[in-house]
Amino acid sequence: MTKNTKTSSDACESCAIHNAAALHKLGVDMSDFDYVIALSGNPNTGKSTVFNALTGLRQHTGNWPGKTVSRAEGGFEYGDHKYKLVDLPGTYSLLATSLDEEVARDFILFGQPDVTIVVVDATRLERNLNLVLQVLEITNRVVVALNLMDEANRHGIQVDERRLARDLGIPVVPMVARQGEGVPELLQAISDVANRKTVGKPYRVKYDSPELKKAVIEVTKQIESAYPELPNAQWVAMRLLDGDERIAEALRKGELGDLTHGNIEHRSAQMQVIGNQ
Amino acid sequence: MTIENTTTLENILSTAQALRWEVGIDFHEKVTESIYTDAVKIADRATTRPEEKPRFDFDRKLDQILTSRVWGFPLMLALLMIVFWLTISGANVPSSMLANLLLDTIHPMLKNFAANIGMPWWLDGFLFDGVYLATAWVISVMLPPMAIFFPLFTLLEDFGYLPRVAFNMDNMFRKAGAHGKQALSMTMGFGCNAAGVVATRIIDSPRERLIAIITNNFALCNGRWPTQILIASLFIGALVPAQLAGFVSAMAVVGIALLGVFLTFLSSMFLSKTWLKGEVSTFSLELPPYRPPRIWQTIYTSIIDRTLVILWRAIIFAIPAGAVLWLSANITIGGTSLAGYLINFLDPFGLLIGLNGVILVAFIVAIPANEIVIPTIMMLTVLVTGASAGEGTGVMFELESGMETMALFEAGGWTLLTAVNLMLFSLIHNPCSTTIYTIFKETGSKKWTWVASLAPVLLGFAVTFVVAQIWRLVASIL
Repeated sequence: MTKNTKTSSDACESCAIHNAAALHKLGVDMSDFDYVIALSGNPNTGKSTVFNALTGLRQHTGNWPGKTVSRAEGGFEYGDHKYKLVDLPGTYSLLATSLDEEVARDFILFGQPDVTIVVVDATRLERNLNLVLQVLEITNRVVVALNLMDEANRHGIQVDERRLARDLGIPVVPMVARQGEGVPELLQAISDVANRKTVGKPYRVKYDSPELKKAVIEVTKQIESAYPELPNAQWVAMRLLDGDERIAEALRKGELGDLTHGNIEHRSAQMQVIGNQ
Repeated sequence: MTIENTTTLENILSTAQALRWEVGIDFHEKVTESIYTDAVKIADRATTRPEEKPRFDFDRKLDQILTSRVWGFPLMLALLMIVFWLTISGANVPSSMLANLLLDTIHPMLKNFAANIGMPWWLDGFLFDGVYLATAWVISVMLPPMAIFFPLFTLLEDFGYLPRVAFNMDNMFRKAGAHGKQALSMTMGFGCNAAGVVATRIIDSPRERLIAIITNNFALCNGRWPTQILIASLFIGALVPAQLAGFVSAMAVVGIALLGVFLTFLSSMFLSKTWLKGEVSTFSLELPPYRPPRIWQTIYTSIIDRTLVILWRAIIFAIPAGAVLWLSANITIGGTSLAGYLINFLDPFGLLIGLNGVILVAFIVAIPANEIVIPTIMMLTVLVTGASAGEGTGVMFELESGMETMALFEAGGWTLLTAVNLMLFSLIHNPCSTTIYTIFKETGSKKWTWVASLAPVLLGFAVTFVVAQIWRLVASIL
């Protein structure tokens, strides 16, 4: 890069390929990280493969759902920042009916990661978007890693990632993680969201049933006026309507409100608590 | 938080409570439906599918065969057989090469060295006959089979075969009143029970998860494979002509593994009919696409992550065990060693269940790691019989050939019944201490940890007792 003139290097710096050279896989060294990144996704979409590609760790990957049941953590350095990456259990939803869903949900909700990556199987978009929409209800700091693009092509399925990105309101990165394709672009997208260069305008689920719609709007309004700084009032409303005691308790204790202004030390303490559960 | 805030929150909660009733009991369905509808809409807009149907769907065709009612189980058994046969026959040569190097070359060198510098006999014995030999034995016996078994197993896993196994067994588990996903945690248990117990987290209902945790012990774990393989090749393989020996020993090992699966069903059914009654929950098991396994990467990760990690664990436990065994065999009170007292004490009970005192002591010594059962047995047998086959009292060793090992076992009063019951007891007895600790961490309950640890031992005693009685009865009639 030394030969570049100033003007061309300006252009280069915004380009993912240029910056990929700046990736330092830190393995398990996670000292003094600047950002926390959560890695979620349906089972068997290649989450662990993405995890390994970013951290340089060799977490065992297996071709069957439910392989990662506990959280794995690793670190990487990109640009001027150190990132801590947390691999969550693969789940189809965040309704928290089983332990693995609860672990994933609690981390995205209470751990307040700076970016949540949702790894998505391009060949099974419909089912995978279920989870994406649920994550978007909780946080707008999301990047979709549209993985297994090679398999989609093999099955003759074409996915228009730009259209998808526009509809969801967040960055979408097509990938073949097994071959390392799309990793530079993913890193760039993560960095942009973490540094607030990209701010998502997340899609919100439309609740069709009239009674449901009315109930959601009503409770959301009350929550918004009581907790104006809460980023995910509609989702909290849904959970309260569902009688989710854990969320009611979190509101009572201020776990949801406090954290929107929480600093990193506060957050890591919070994560420690979740990790010990 | 101020009082005002608290009242607002309680207001919100009661509003939510009231509105919930207006929405109706199908709240969950309505929410899920809304999310799904939107997901479909967005997915449809972004996806273009080919108009014509794919000419030949390889995955579907393969699934029809691998999960078919007729072929599913035979193919599963055939694959298992192939994996074990490759492991048993492939491990022999490197195993004896390692034994040659570590036991017949390096060990005499160390002994010479000790003699040359005039090391006292007890230090020499403790270090080189106790600690060193225990380690060397574990390496030469465990490393080759693991280095073959784990990559093969991982290749099957990487290819996507494991969920098909779960699919095949799902129905049986449900009939046993357990969760279909237990098939997956059981399959993990074939590698390591502690890992299998952790893997039960994929099961939603606490009742079914508890069943899966308690019964995971019956999935023959990697620490017990070497015991099964060695005893099967010495005693069972010896019953048939040499050409068939490899095949028949593999059959015996697969037979024990299948018995473990059968016991898993049986005990799951028992638990779900007694203390852990309840509804069977349904779930959808996704069959992931087959993926061409990445051969080199798989071999690399399964050797580094699995083989070496497990070998390391075995060595860590073998070193103190070797030291303690050497000491207990060499410290004598009134002419009898400490180990001798314990063996004599347990012998009557051992013989009653078709085993002997030596074997029972070995299983106690091996609670931290099942891998060291056979080395311990051999060492203690030498001690008790005073057989000259080994290198001296209290030495864990690998004998040069199977014949010598066999001679040693015969000197210890072994019969075919002893071998069969040893294989059975090794399958059924209590989980290792790592697994017990994991069970405690996962269940958070002392009570269920006790149940999961003690019930298998009692069942192991019961099964070996019954087998021994029937065996002796039949033998006396013949």
